[in-house]
Amino acid sequence: MTAYLLRRSAFLLVSFLIAMVAIFVLLRLLPGDPSNALLSVTATPEQIAAAQAQVGADRPVLEQFVTWFGQLLSFNLGESFISSLPVGPEISARLVVTVPLTLIAFALALVLSLVAGFVSAIKSDRWYGVLISGFSQLGVAVPVFWVGILLVSLFAVGLRWLPSSGFPRDDWADPADALRSLTLPIITVALVMSASLTRYVRSATLDVMGSDYLRSARAQGSGYTEALWRHGLRNGAVPVISILGIELATTFLGAVVVESVFGLPGLGSMLLRGIQQHDYPNIQGVLFISTLVVLVIGFIGDIAQRLVDPRLRLSISGNR
Amino acid sequence: MTAAVIVKDIVAPARRSRSWTLVVGLILAGAVVLIALVSLVWLPFSPDDTTGTRLEGASATHWLGTDKLGRDLATQLMIGARIALIVGLGSVAVGALIGIVVGLIAAFATSWIDDTISAALDVVIAFPVLLLAMLIVAAQGASLGSVILAIGIAMSAIVARLTRVLTKRVLSEQYVTAARTSGTRWPGIVIRHILPNIWPTLSVNLALQFGVAVLAEASLSYLGLGAPPPNASWGRLLQEAQGTVITAPLGAIAPGLALIALVIGVNFIADGLRDVADPSRKRRR
Repeated sequence: MTAYLLRRSAFLLVSFLIAMVAIFVLLRLLPGDPSNALLSVTATPEQIAAAQAQVGADRPVLEQFVTWFGQLLSFNLGESFISSLPVGPEISARLVVTVPLTLIAFALALVLSLVAGFVSAIKSDRWYGVLISGFSQLGVAVPVFWVGILLVSLFAVGLRWLPSSGFPRDDWADPADALRSLTLPIITVALVMSASLTRYVRSATLDVMGSDYLRSARAQGSGYTEALWRHGLRNGAVPVISILGIELATTFLGAVVVESVFGLPGLGSMLLRGIQQHDYPNIQGVLFISTLVVLVIGFIGDIAQRLVDPRLRLSISGNR
Repeated sequence: MTAAVIVKDIVAPARRSRSWTLVVGLILAGAVVLIALVSLVWLPFSPDDTTGTRLEGASATHWLGTDKLGRDLATQLMIGARIALIVGLGSVAVGALIGIVVGLIAAFATSWIDDTISAALDVVIAFPVLLLAMLIVAAQGASLGSVILAIGIAMSAIVARLTRVLTKRVLSEQYVTAARTSGTRWPGIVIRHILPNIWPTLSVNLALQFGVAVLAEASLSYLGLGAPPPNASWGRLLQEAQGTVITAPLGAIAPGLALIALVIGVNFIADGLRDVADPSRKRRR
């Protein structure tokens, strides 16, 4: 396990490095000079040169990368080209919206899908079992922002139960107020995410139900529920845990998209604005955080999988 | 089961009990394809003409009403079908081309190269397709071509990993060893043994990726990172209709339903193909 931990950590570090280089290189392929964002169309060559010097675009790309990467190591994400505000504090201010949205929606989706997936597998011959799996089929084909639009029209514009967009200016100073703003976005993301999760839970449960070890357990006299509980849970959990990481990353991204439906000042709107304005430090900052989150989630997921499944621990090469 | 039998079953599935998902899927996706084909030769109105008043309801002239500029919505929706299919097919083609080539290289290469490629693929796969596509669109600027390229590149990692696993499995078969010892070079092995054997599983995955691509394009367009006007992508129609859902609900509902019909259609086709390619899975659904 220790050897695996070391190797997996090294992989985490290397993949993070590769991702950072890739993000930086990709962004330098952007057509158009980032300094353009600072200038009017009537800018003189001197003004252009000054703007380029201001954003550092006049220096060689390698030098720009070394500067940026050096700053990263000291947790300095640089300053926005457009507003000159430091990127780090802006990201933390926006994480206050995106992180609760992602985590609450994910938790909700997980609870929903564990129940729905299990029920639809056990009761696959009943009408509600069929209905649930039908809904989960539908759910994976529905764009998350469309669900958001429909929910806003119904509950915010139509029934006026909840605010349609925005987030309190004082963030979480009044938690009830903040939660009200997040309720519809959370439901939107949770509904869509639970669809794909339900399918995984359902198919894992069906696998367990059709397995030989479950039949053996029952032949030895265990009741159905007891056999599922004692033998099925751990076996069924392995494939589900293995996809939780990527599902959480997808939830995070769903949150990013849904933020623009609801006009929430989260990471998503920061990334979009950065892309529209060619504001490299903002884009790089958001992607730095997202990459870190995605890779660390994957790391934890792999470790968790080994803790649950001793077979993986014994194999020398492991699953990676 | 040999490759020939699997392939024949996909071409002529009637030999097994026809799976209903395949039929429903073909109907749904077929309807969208038909609409897109019709839009090439005939449209109710010219897409940019303001032929009605703003936000009309459905009528005999404007089947789905008009948008906030008075343009016919049915016309826009038909053009949207075209764009959804172009992006879906285009990205799957890009993703399949890159993915299969990289996957084959990894499967054939020495273990050092294989490990490097596999590790790189793992990093890429950890990212949702949409995030990668956003990054690539950001770098390329928003256009129909860059959207196709972005989604295609983003999905190629998944295709590559699948190709690698499937190819390795075929390479360990005795008939490949036999072919090698009898002097068949690697291009012959790829064409004669590997591609026909991995295709059934791969095509199911590519059909699923088509749905992912259509959804990703809609999201990109919704966020303003998709193909710019006059490409009436469904995602952009939804974005434009968002503010007027209560006064003109059709504008926000119709493109969404069209999108769902197409994605569910291809997902069902994928399910049906899987049943045909691997009958042992069938009893479990």
